[in-house]
Amino acid sequence: MNTETRELPMTLEPRANYLNDGHSIRSWLLTTDHKRIGLLYMVSITLFFFVGGAAAALMRLELLRPQGGLVTSALYNKLFTMHGVIMVWFFLIPSIPTVLGNFLIPLMIGARDVAFPRLNLVSWYLFIAGGAFALWAIIAGGVDTGWTFYTPYSSTYANGHVLAMAAGIFIAGFGSIATGLNFIVTIHKMRAPGLTWFRLPLFIWTIYTTSLILVLATPVLAITLTLMALERLFGVGIFNPAMGGDPLLFQHLFWFYSHPAVYIMILPGMGVVSELIPCFARKPMFGYRFIAYATIAIGVFGFLVWGHHMFVSSQSVYAGMIFSILSFLVSIPSAIKVFNWTATLYKGSITFQTPMLYAFGFIGLFTIGGLTGLFLAALAVDVHLHDTYFVIAHFHYIMVGGAVMGYLGGLHFWWPKITGRLYCEWLAKLAAVTIFAGFNLTFFPQFILGFMGMPRRYPVYAPEFQVLNVLSTAGASILAIGYALPLAYLLCSLRYGKPAGANPWKATGLEWKTSSPPPRDNFANAPVVTEEPYNYDAQAAELSLEENSHA
Amino acid sequence: MNNSSSFPFPEQASNLAPGVDWIFYTLTAICGAMTLLVVALITLFCIRYRQGSRASRANANPRSLPWEVGWTLLPLPIFLAIFFWAAKTYFRMSRPPKDAMEINVVAKQWMWKIQHSEGRREINELHIPVGRAAKLVMISQDVIHDFYVPAFRTKQDVLPGRYTTEWFTPTKPGKYHLFCAQYCGLDHAIMGGWIYVMMPADYAQWLAQGQPPDSLAAQGQRVFYTLGCSGCHAANSKIRAPLLDGIYGKPVPLSDGTIVTADDQYLRDSILLPNKQIAAGYEPVMPTFQNRISEEDLTAVIAYLKSLGSVERNDP
Repeated sequence: MNTETRELPMTLEPRANYLNDGHSIRSWLLTTDHKRIGLLYMVSITLFFFVGGAAAALMRLELLRPQGGLVTSALYNKLFTMHGVIMVWFFLIPSIPTVLGNFLIPLMIGARDVAFPRLNLVSWYLFIAGGAFALWAIIAGGVDTGWTFYTPYSSTYANGHVLAMAAGIFIAGFGSIATGLNFIVTIHKMRAPGLTWFRLPLFIWTIYTTSLILVLATPVLAITLTLMALERLFGVGIFNPAMGGDPLLFQHLFWFYSHPAVYIMILPGMGVVSELIPCFARKPMFGYRFIAYATIAIGVFGFLVWGHHMFVSSQSVYAGMIFSILSFLVSIPSAIKVFNWTATLYKGSITFQTPMLYAFGFIGLFTIGGLTGLFLAALAVDVHLHDTYFVIAHFHYIMVGGAVMGYLGGLHFWWPKITGRLYCEWLAKLAAVTIFAGFNLTFFPQFILGFMGMPRRYPVYAPEFQVLNVLSTAGASILAIGYALPLAYLLCSLRYGKPAGANPWKATGLEWKTSSPPPRDNFANAPVVTEEPYNYDAQAAELSLEENSHA
Repeated sequence: MNNSSSFPFPEQASNLAPGVDWIFYTLTAICGAMTLLVVALITLFCIRYRQGSRASRANANPRSLPWEVGWTLLPLPIFLAIFFWAAKTYFRMSRPPKDAMEINVVAKQWMWKIQHSEGRREINELHIPVGRAAKLVMISQDVIHDFYVPAFRTKQDVLPGRYTTEWFTPTKPGKYHLFCAQYCGLDHAIMGGWIYVMMPADYAQWLAQGQPPDSLAAQGQRVFYTLGCSGCHAANSKIRAPLLDGIYGKPVPLSDGTIVTADDQYLRDSILLPNKQIAAGYEPVMPTFQNRISEEDLTAVIAYLKSLGSVERNDP
């Protein structure tokens, strides 16, 4: 085994790194470097994010007036379908795992690459092929089934390019499965000497759990979409009762995938926050093992609660009760994480750089999103709130307030590592605050709208719902500005940003022990791990010996 | 429209509404308190332990079993209590009282068709008397819809091929929104209407308005004869088919040895899919009536079969 020291030249400006290792288009499109593949994903999901965001913007504008009038009902139905499909499968699910996961897993565990670098590239091509199908379906005329594809509407009644859209999701799904498999093997087999399971960064724990879910759940989605396509194409009676099928079977299969998919979206965000909090509180993570166990627990329980999407579907009352109580239980590991993050701040030495602002935003919004999940887990309350704006608000607090805040927090935290450049800190802080404020103004009124009874997927609505809808649209405008800002200053930093140095945040973790941007093979000398994760106490002692100056 | 609701509290107009709202407000209080606690602690720590502050950092533990166990177990009884409370209310919502008046609902893209057992029909409107439990027996002609009345705090998916029920006792006269809550295609957003909760006297007057129609059961009897059902299912028929007098709600032994209850769903399936469940001792000779009978006529026939359960055989 290699037993070189972990000492690396920290001050030298790296000459050869993964970014200048070939400049041709070919060197990017045929790369097997996990870092470059991460960047390929970053560019693609950013495009998808703004496509999905544009659909949301049009919807919010339509909802300014109760009678609508900006778009037709037919177009509105296509917009929310497009928004859902693009955001779920082509932004949220790939976001943190494929961008930050790809970039960071080998760096964090001290490996040269993932276990199957070429498979990794194949995953990206599958993702792009799936995305191309989905975009084609949208451009060719759209799909109006909603991202949930409920039967028999999707299989028998809907017009539009349902099959192309389903094919896109189906193909991209294989990319997800391959990525999940790749990460699982990488984390099992390629950890540096001394990097035991309980020395792993919590980000790795969450990506590991996410990968397990990807591998176990995604095939069920592929099967479900295939069955729907069989019914639509050949009239095989699976879901349509007119042909002897059962429409609820589709919902069971769909949510058996799609509820765990919620955890695919939120767990990696939790992983990012678990890196940010100790770094900016300069303290080891409080209750490290409990957070790791809670991560696994969420992954396991996440498979057992799908029926809570079906409390008013005529599912058996007793099945409803089982799913309800399991849904209450799955909230406990999430609560454990929130309490541990909070406790980590206690007696810390806290600074408020941009990534930390996103971490605070994440905790606040995720707490609200998680707790409003209890309303929907409570059977009788869900009967009233199901399929209203309360549900929309709840899952946006989790998926946008949680997952997107986590992604942006991580992006800001590791941007100096990825690009070797620092971004404009005050603009970044402004953007974080703008996004937080805009988000709350957009989605908090929707809780009240839902409680008052406004159903989802309505382009026209009763006049008494207007005030809250106007507030929500106003918030969405602020949110749009907030999301445009990082695009601008992050791109600017590529050219004008100050060189970051190897470790601008003085963070622990192997990824900070190599230069920024890292060399093609990640580490000049193979690292060996001898200490616990988040060892900020020891680091503080070390730093105070040197000349201590804070960034 | 009844606008006495005070924003943002939706009108409570059914027996179910106060119970649901109590759980909702209790959850709001508990969850609000938990959110405030987390926000307050984070704010406090951020101020007290900001970098450079003089607060002591001595004895900061990176772990503490008692705290972990404490905050794992503390929410548990609270959550369980809420679960039981909400489950109990849900159970009540799923069990309509025996004496509830039955109203039939057929949903289709994109309208609600209502049939009262007295025979009156309406579209996208439902008139009901205050203070009397109403049970809706619902079915869809095409895709999944959902009968949602926010003021009653209840909703139920309306499925093709399967009857679902929903019940409530309106407690306050007025006019309330009816929404379709399950996305059903192009005009989903305007597949709605109004629920009119009326004083009993007004309701009686409304029922009697216009041509007094035949009752639903009488309409069903006509369909029963028109489609030729009586050719086999009559006492003097040459073809041996089960007699249907008093069949509703009775156990029916099947040829595969099982016993089912002759409820709405069984009767419906027997008409549309006669070979699915064959009554013991009979030949599977009945033709299917799929595509030959509309959902409304099916509802009427079932109402007729139910009426046969009453003592006299004549028109009810």
